[in-house]
Amino acid sequence: MLSFKSFSRRKFTLLTATLLSLSLAACGTGTVAEGDDDAPPVTTEGTGETIAISGAGATFPAPLFQRWFDTYNREVNTDVQVSYQSVGSGAGLEQYINGTVDFGASEAPITESEDRMKSFGEKYPYEPLQLPLVGGYVIFAYNLPGVDAEIKFSRETYCGIVGGTITNWNDPAIAADNEGVELPDLPVTWVHRSDGSGTTFVFTNHLDTVCPAWEAGAGTSVDWPVGIGGQGNEGVAAGIQQNEGAIGYISYAFAELNDIPVARIENAAGNYPDPLPANASLAFEGEEIPEDFELLVPDPKHPDAYPISGLVWVMVYREYADAAKWEALKATLEWTLGPDGKAITEELYYVPMPDALIERIQEALDSVEAG
Amino acid sequence: MTIANSPSGFNRSPSLEKKNTPARVIDMGFWGLTLTLALGAGSVLVWVIIQTGLSSTQAIQQFGLGFLFNTTWDPVNNIYGVLPQIYGTIITAFIALLLAIPVGVGVAIFLTEDFVPRYITTPIAFAIELIVAIPSVVLGIWGIFVLVPFLRPFFQFLNKNLSWIPFFGGGAPRGNNLMIVGLVLAVMIVPIIISITRSTFEVLPPSLRSGSLALGLTRWETILRVLIPAGLSGIVSSVMLALGRAMGETMVAAMLVGNANRIDISILQPGATITGLIASQFGEAGRLQVSALMYAGLVLMVLSLVVNIIAELIIRRFQNVER
Repeated sequence: MLSFKSFSRRKFTLLTATLLSLSLAACGTGTVAEGDDDAPPVTTEGTGETIAISGAGATFPAPLFQRWFDTYNREVNTDVQVSYQSVGSGAGLEQYINGTVDFGASEAPITESEDRMKSFGEKYPYEPLQLPLVGGYVIFAYNLPGVDAEIKFSRETYCGIVGGTITNWNDPAIAADNEGVELPDLPVTWVHRSDGSGTTFVFTNHLDTVCPAWEAGAGTSVDWPVGIGGQGNEGVAAGIQQNEGAIGYISYAFAELNDIPVARIENAAGNYPDPLPANASLAFEGEEIPEDFELLVPDPKHPDAYPISGLVWVMVYREYADAAKWEALKATLEWTLGPDGKAITEELYYVPMPDALIERIQEALDSVEAG
Repeated sequence: MTIANSPSGFNRSPSLEKKNTPARVIDMGFWGLTLTLALGAGSVLVWVIIQTGLSSTQAIQQFGLGFLFNTTWDPVNNIYGVLPQIYGTIITAFIALLLAIPVGVGVAIFLTEDFVPRYITTPIAFAIELIVAIPSVVLGIWGIFVLVPFLRPFFQFLNKNLSWIPFFGGGAPRGNNLMIVGLVLAVMIVPIIISITRSTFEVLPPSLRSGSLALGLTRWETILRVLIPAGLSGIVSSVMLALGRAMGETMVAAMLVGNANRIDISILQPGATITGLIASQFGEAGRLQVSALMYAGLVLMVLSLVVNIIAELIIRRFQNVER
């Protein structure tokens, strides 16, 4: 009995030890596997089979980027796999500065942020290269039951709504903009983004220029004087749809998808253009493009331009160690600006870049050194 | 010298044998491994706290303790304070507890006190524990698309008829407010309270119940005067766990609270919570803003720590009462 007992105990200890070592081994392979995940960009470079490119940044262009890179991979070059993580502009810029991605993307230009420019300068012997690949525009969406007519807002009116001085839909200012429309006695509920967002940057950049009483400034998130915050475009869209008398700003694609009425707003020339991608693209028409591509058009002068538009910058390095990878990335980016890429851009209601800007981007892409 | 000659590990070894048999080596290895894992678990916590502290130094230096009392959150001018968020966190957790404690304890009593046969209580208990498995983002979406439209008339009714009570005052409620977050949080924490309270009641000595009934107490009196006081430490610890969960819950708060940076006595008005603030602003934040968000995280950790310490003290007190 005794010997059996001791045997069984030993067997038990052995069993435990085996189990433990197995689980340790499992942990071990786990970490190796993680290493492998990072490895492909490095290991597959030499083989010339698949070129994996990784990017990170803004959430606003993420649907478009995913569509672009997926189509490129399926239809143009199956060897090039571009993965894009929509972690947000801030996080994307940090990853770009730390060199953990092949490109970054941001809705606010990196040149706006002094401390980030400083960190970049400490790490690289050159200036960052930011290229506007696509634009987006922001519209006022509203929920006004019983009103079928399209609502118009003059500049003073929408400044008043956002600033909290206009609190009811039957306000004389709104009535003056919309003669012949019967406006209900309904409190105005302003709905804004609660998360940091490029949509907010584009929108507040416009307000900051246009509204004299606007004090919150321009940024990816600001201190809103009034209203409730929704999480993401979808949160704002839900907030508008569920609250009678609600009005908020979202990117056009969301209003289109959710069938929310969109207001016409006055531009710098005093016109009320259709809130359509073609009119939003006019905002960048004839604007002088600065050397560092920091093109912000808070209040476009073109008479038919939709007034609230902004750009998304893709951040690339000026030197790449791996020539094959850069060639692949460059070819992909050029394709997105070409006719096929442009078709997808318009299909998803983003704003394609005007030809003059594309030429400049092409020059900049050619200047990058690789290898 | 003696210390050097006696490797401490060998003396503490669980085995009494002196020879280096394989079993002994394995014992030693196991002892070392478990020690490392135990220390590792603790050091992860310390590491997280240190790292959060380090990342927030810039904000701590700039804002100091004023961060806790400032009501501005202005990323454009880099001025940060989290008083509205602290307020929102505490209020929503409080509403959740207020709703969840009576429900949770009541259900736990129902499930353990043989009011109905076991084949009815078992599926109910199982279903309740499944609530825990619902991802919070799903509850958030459910809140936005189902609960908010469903409850808005109720909120408006409260606001219209009871607006003389400050908690229900303010402008017409829009659905995203502190109360709805409290409601959804209550749904999330009720299962925690039920399952812990239930196991507490189940392990109470049967003699307590039979003794009190034998002394002529009614069933009501047995439950209220004997069982609940006897199981109080279990109830309190379940409540404290639930409170920790409610204060740390992120997605539900971010999606439903309205994220308005203001302090309003009315729970029918939108507010903000620390977790919601961090979740929504982290991605696009600038450098000082990230630091300030980390500082906010640190504040939340301290809040949770305080809650846990209070819980520990309360539990000890009640445990003494029991003995």
